[in-house]
Amino acid sequence: MLEIKGLRAGYGGVEVLRGIDLSIKSGEIVAVLGSNGVGKTTLNKVLSGVLPASAGEIVFEGRSLTRASAVDAVEAGLIHVPEGRKIFPNMSVRENLELGSYRRASKNRASNLERVFNIFPRLRERTDQAAGTLSGGEQQMLAIGRGMMAEPRLLILDEPSLGLSPLLVEEMFTLIQSLNAEGLPIMLVEQNVVQSLETASRAYIVENGAVTLSGPAETIRNDPELKRAYLGL
Amino acid sequence: MYSLDITLEAVLNGLLTGAVYALIALGLTLVYGVLHIINFAHGALLTTAMFAVWVAYTFLGIDNYVLIPFLAVIFYALGYALQRFVIGPASHGDDGNILLVTLGISIVLENALLAIFRSDTRSLTSDFSFEVLEVGPLLISKPRLIGFAAALVVTLLLWLVLARTDTGKAIRAVAKEKLGASLVGIDVRHIYAVTFGIGCATLAVAACLLMPTFYVNPRVGGAFVLVAFTVVVLGGMGSIPGALAGGLFIGVVESLSGLYLGESLGQIGIFLIFILVLLFRPTGLFGARA
Ligand SMILES: Nc1ncnc2c1ncn2[C@@H]1O[C@H](COP(=O)(O)OP(=O)(O)O)[C@@H](O)[C@H]1O
Ligand SMILES: [Mg+2]
Repeated sequence: MLEIKGLRAGYGGVEVLRGIDLSIKSGEIVAVLGSNGVGKTTLNKVLSGVLPASAGEIVFEGRSLTRASAVDAVEAGLIHVPEGRKIFPNMSVRENLELGSYRRASKNRASNLERVFNIFPRLRERTDQAAGTLSGGEQQMLAIGRGMMAEPRLLILDEPSLGLSPLLVEEMFTLIQSLNAEGLPIMLVEQNVVQSLETASRAYIVENGAVTLSGPAETIRNDPELKRAYLGL
Repeated sequence: MYSLDITLEAVLNGLLTGAVYALIALGLTLVYGVLHIINFAHGALLTTAMFAVWVAYTFLGIDNYVLIPFLAVIFYALGYALQRFVIGPASHGDDGNILLVTLGISIVLENALLAIFRSDTRSLTSDFSFEVLEVGPLLISKPRLIGFAAALVVTLLLWLVLARTDTGKAIRAVAKEKLGASLVGIDVRHIYAVTFGIGCATLAVAACLLMPTFYVNPRVGGAFVLVAFTVVVLGGMGSIPGALAGGLFIGVVESLSGLYLGESLGQIGIFLIFILVLLFRPTGLFGARA
């Protein structure tokens, strides 16, 4: 459902993505892994239209999104839950969720709100609380909930486990699996290699702006090179 | 010392003027809170709106109160276009550039007005300007009372729009989290232009309310904007309730210091407060809430 070919992008004159090839099929959880600074977040920004691609192409559900704006990407249902959450700190939990359906699925706002509250009962208890005063874990739930409000066709999660306690990390990966169990394809962008490989069906390893290794999560988990580089084995 | 009646009347008059100050400050504080720029064209845009009221009244015979909705819509469109097609593209996202662009707009507007209208001072010639309401021993100017009520209604309306509508929520979202806003599909450039348009529309309303009791010349906006800056700083940059409270407060201060220090020194009280606030409470007396 998502095909990325030879994608290049960067900031100013500095190239960060040096030809990324990647694909996601419907119903999959695909992990995109790599250490800090290799270009994972940059890739997400290009996919969601906030950063232009300098070369290559992006096809989403048969439609080119290569030159798409952020508005186009959201309209197409490609929903990006960003690193660092980027929730609206000055607004209530409810308003944050409502804005999730600003561009897409606004007709089903009430029923989707109910659905998000059922997935995250903690958010229901805090409907009128300012989002900036939530704990880190709650903010992450809110960011994902806000993404769900747009009825995503593909959900991109950028480092959802970052800064969470080990218990919450566990909860987060369980949640990702249960969202996917309802048929939602997920692109899971993480530094947490071990747990991501347990959750995903396939994975891509990114180094220095290019994919260096890809395949079924199972295979990658047993790759000797990966074990040495990321798992310290 | 003046009698209680005179002091009371001064306080009342201060509140009436203060509400219109608040209205002028509203656009300034909203644009600052969302676009994070100080709009130096604010004063010139107010002057332009006041001339528009004068022209419509004098040559077309359109009552200044009837004009309110029409001028508000025209100025909304003007503000939207200015931000979308001039300020935004010319600034390339650099705050220093934006400052210069808005300063440039104000110079262009002022000189255009000077060329068309000369530097003469004009006012509406209407009997209504001098009508008063007698409340016990107090005399209250009717046009200023209307100005007060209308300014409060507009402030309330704006607050409702920001709190309740999707566009209002998008404006508040963009103010604090641009990337997050883009990722839910909010068109940030559009919201910037809408915000600037709203700021101009409130100026248009203020101009309609001011003209019966004020005059206009190509430089008149500057005096109002200095007061509006004080209101914005006092109320907390970006805060709408702050602008309202600050406007009313400044109106009363101006009126009382005018009474006790003399008409020509009336504004000294305002600038004294401006400096004191900057020294001791730079975030404003009422805290900052967008
Ligand atoms: N806004 C930016 N401007 C300039 N360089 C950036 C910007 N954001 C990221 N970079 C650079 O791009 C590279 C990749 O960053 P990023 O995509 O955030 O990596 P990752 O998400 O994999 O940690 C880094 O070298 C980083 O310094
Ligand atoms: Mg990152």
